[in-house]
Amino acid sequence: MNPSSRSGTRAGRLGAYALIGATVVIVAAAFAYVGGWLSPHRLTPARLVDQLQTNSGVFPGYRRNHAKGVCVTGYFQSSGQAAAYSVAQVFAPGERTPVVGRFAIPGGNPYAPDSSIPIRSMALRFALADGQQWRTGMNDMPVFPVSTPQAFYQMLQAQQPDPATGKPDPQKLGAFFAAHPETAAFLAWAKTATPSPSFATVSYWSLDAFQLVDGHGRHHPVRWRMVPDAPAGAPETPVGGGAGPGGSPDYLAADLRQRLAQAPLRWHLLITLAQPGDPIDDAAKEWPPDRRSVDAGTLVLTSTQPQQSGPCRDINYDPLVLPHGIEASGDPLLPARSAAYADSYLRRTSEEAHLPGYLPASLSAATKPDSRP
Amino acid sequence: MSNLTEQFSPAARVLHWLMALMILTMLFIGVGMVSTVSEWHSRLVSIHKPLGIAILLLALVRLAVRLRRPPPPLPADLPVPQKLAAHASHWLLYALMIAMPIIGWAMLSAGGYPVMLGTSFHLPPILPADPVAFAILRHLHTWLALLLFLTFLAHLAAALYHGLIRRDGVLSGMVGRRGQAAMQSRGRLRAVD
Repeated sequence: MNPSSRSGTRAGRLGAYALIGATVVIVAAAFAYVGGWLSPHRLTPARLVDQLQTNSGVFPGYRRNHAKGVCVTGYFQSSGQAAAYSVAQVFAPGERTPVVGRFAIPGGNPYAPDSSIPIRSMALRFALADGQQWRTGMNDMPVFPVSTPQAFYQMLQAQQPDPATGKPDPQKLGAFFAAHPETAAFLAWAKTATPSPSFATVSYWSLDAFQLVDGHGRHHPVRWRMVPDAPAGAPETPVGGGAGPGGSPDYLAADLRQRLAQAPLRWHLLITLAQPGDPIDDAAKEWPPDRRSVDAGTLVLTSTQPQQSGPCRDINYDPLVLPHGIEASGDPLLPARSAAYADSYLRRTSEEAHLPGYLPASLSAATKPDSRP
Repeated sequence: MSNLTEQFSPAARVLHWLMALMILTMLFIGVGMVSTVSEWHSRLVSIHKPLGIAILLLALVRLAVRLRRPPPPLPADLPVPQKLAAHASHWLLYALMIAMPIIGWAMLSAGGYPVMLGTSFHLPPILPADPVAFAILRHLHTWLALLLFLTFLAHLAAALYHGLIRRDGVLSGMVGRRGQAAMQSRGRLRAVD
């Protein structure tokens, strides 16, 4: 067979090569576009996490946000009252589900004093008997400052410390809040908020809405919160004080150890049902206080472990790890949290694995280094 | 006129085109879902996992089909380097279409995630939870996905080269009889002009 009979004229052959080249280039370009390489302004999970690192510094092996925390373990005892709204096994009457949790404070610095920020967080992983899981991350405030991942990113940019002062530029922060009226509810809360001296005495809100799915397939938009049995105790430390109760900047973990040495700690899981018209896709908006809540059961925490060696260390508390019977709402923060947490998780596990291109984690040395920014 | 009698079996052709669509979709879903914080992230992740397992199952069926009925031989006059490249790239494609879903499954297992294929159906873990294994497998998943995409591009270019330039029946053997007829008629048209 003679090659020229296959490919036709010289011009035809060149045309065929050009067609092949163009096809490959178009497919590759589409791939690059979908991957975000051609859109430098797209908000990607990596960009979000990069900004967290810019604001707080890089602490190998630690979470990029809520870096300072402790592990807790216990179980959730279902009351059965939520079973009418959700088929999730965790809500079945009498069901007891093991829980690995984590208390933390926001920010990327695992050595920040507990009093440096007035917010506390609780993350939980319920390991359901059917092999499914429910993971949730909650804060002790009823609303989130912003409604969208883009606004959250802009808030992080406004909070970026000024190299001259080491603190955020008040003008930039002011400009951000002025441009984002949806932050009003959060700012009103922040005005009166003080850093709790204990993880055990505060309520933790889901912030984002979710949907419970019942046995008939009906969807019930909800938010939930964990309400403590423990009463609020000693007067609280003002923000900015270097040390809290006991003179240690790490008083939260000490308080938790002390309390758990005496008795388990309990919270009630209150699930609030939305009424038609309530914002179910906007974590910056509160729901009216008269909404009906169901007491789904009791969270019982029995022990605590340091996060460097505890069972919570390698858990990514991705709020979209949900069992059958609980689904995401349309809240745009949820997929952003899921995507950014995955990125943070890959960074810190890569550091633990001492992979090339990553700073090696020093988590096994559980002691605090002498000099840290 | 080329020798166009050699065809892939109908089963091989159906599997090829179905899986081509699935794997290409999968590559775009994978690269898209990790680069967005929009609602597409969760939507794509929830397709990625069951689609990956479907590809794994089909790849095993396809391997069995291929071993039972080997593909038509390459044209005898194909230069040896091209023959080697053709064989190597095909075995690489098979290896990756089987390895990628298994790595994804192992990676989620090592990360301690439940391997959910739907709202309630899930697979058991195939590795114990281990952050070091997770990190290595997660990176491997990305790099092998890029290798799979590059191999796909080479495969696409080579298929078009066989169909448009060599016109040696390799592409029509996979396109089918209608495609074969089209190729022949184009060859005739070319011969006329």
